[in-house]
Amino acid sequence: MDILKIFGFGEGGWGLALLAGAGMTLLVSACGLLIGAVIGALVAWSRLSGNRLAGAAGEAYAALFRGLPELLVVYFVYFGSSTLLTTGAKLVGYDGFIGVPSFVAGALAVGVISGSYQAEVFRAAYLAIVKGELEAAVSVGMDRWLMFQRIIAPQVLRFALPGLGNLWQVALKDSSLISVTGLAELMRVSQVGAASTHQPFAFYVGGLVLYLAMTLVTTRLFDIAEARATRGMRRIAG
Amino acid sequence: MDWDFAATTFWRLMAALPLTLEVWFLSVVLGGLIAAGVVWMRVSGSRPLEILARAYVAIFRGTPLLIQLFLVYYGLASLPAVRHSILWPVLRDPLYCGVLALGLCTAGYQAEIFRGALLAVPHGAGEAAKACGMSGLLMFRRIVFPIALRHALPAYSTEMISMVKATALVSLITLWDVLSVALKIRNDTLVTYLPLILAGAIYFTINYILGAAFLSLERRLSPHLRARPS
Repeated sequence: MDILKIFGFGEGGWGLALLAGAGMTLLVSACGLLIGAVIGALVAWSRLSGNRLAGAAGEAYAALFRGLPELLVVYFVYFGSSTLLTTGAKLVGYDGFIGVPSFVAGALAVGVISGSYQAEVFRAAYLAIVKGELEAAVSVGMDRWLMFQRIIAPQVLRFALPGLGNLWQVALKDSSLISVTGLAELMRVSQVGAASTHQPFAFYVGGLVLYLAMTLVTTRLFDIAEARATRGMRRIAG
Repeated sequence: MDWDFAATTFWRLMAALPLTLEVWFLSVVLGGLIAAGVVWMRVSGSRPLEILARAYVAIFRGTPLLIQLFLVYYGLASLPAVRHSILWPVLRDPLYCGVLALGLCTAGYQAEIFRGALLAVPHGAGEAAKACGMSGLLMFRRIVFPIALRHALPAYSTEMISMVKATALVSLITLWDVLSVALKIRNDTLVTYLPLILAGAIYFTINYILGAAFLSLERRLSPHLRARPS
């Protein structure tokens, strides 16, 4: 079959399916990154809180999920979330198996992995805030929430941006593993296309090019965001 | 809990560990060799070679390992040109395909680690070596390599650990590594979590040992950074 026809948008063409797959990849990775941000912020907070027990729990979480294969985490979250939901439903009287949609399980898996890395990024970013600024905020009478809003959050986000950019790329690549749960993201669509047209080489090269385009474009976006976020800062190197 | 079942499962998983370690070791070594070539191209000063090296790193670091693996295992095997080449005995074996794909991928990451380590060697050290009359190779062996090695170690240990995790992907190309054996036991016995938990414990332990080994190597190689015994 003609390559142009395979990747075209006409009848029998896979162009639209591949683009939809790429869109699904972006969506599930973005959701994963956001879930990871929530988890990462909580873990970072636990380690900065000064509470020994919370700190140890946070550290254990981060060490655990950075030491396990991503694929194993994907399987575990996929099977585990369904069991959890089914058990929960039983408690409120619903009998029967409830499967968690693969999108939710996938985003959760990417988020759980990403969160273990984001915790370090957020922690380092918090520690990079000049202590005098926090003291100054206290001395002008800001309460903790106001201080978080005006002094901590803007700077943590600024300092964390380069690390988050890297982790976005990691999330994007990890999302390909969700294909084992059957979610129609780019990797899965490439597999299905490869199998049904018997053109695996063309489909995997096509998928590869789309992934590369996504990482290159979004990395550029993060660079722009970083330049914007740090436009008021003077730096030694840069 | 059924301890007998847990014990048999554990030993069946351990029996698959040699394959996981084999894939890891071969791909890390292959990746190191390719990375050395890529770094050499990158710092060679020749513009076309440099562009080629940059493209290599961008492609292998910018796309998921899974699609690279499938491209090598399913994609290349579908091309008649590959089937009739002398490479076919290698490329039809899932083990070599896995090693090749993992090696190509880690080479992209290792190349960047090596390059960063080279850039961290102080310029003056090279000048001093030249002033003493060292040849290029002698300078590399005595000055550049030892300094660069120390700089590379922390990032290199992270890469080694992520390669242990990456070997789990070969379970998707019909190889019987620790993860695929765990999934098989899970399918056969309908015990949902125990096989996966035990497999996770094995991976975690390997990574822990690996991390500790690199840390102690790092300490041994940089005695000058340690606090003086009082």
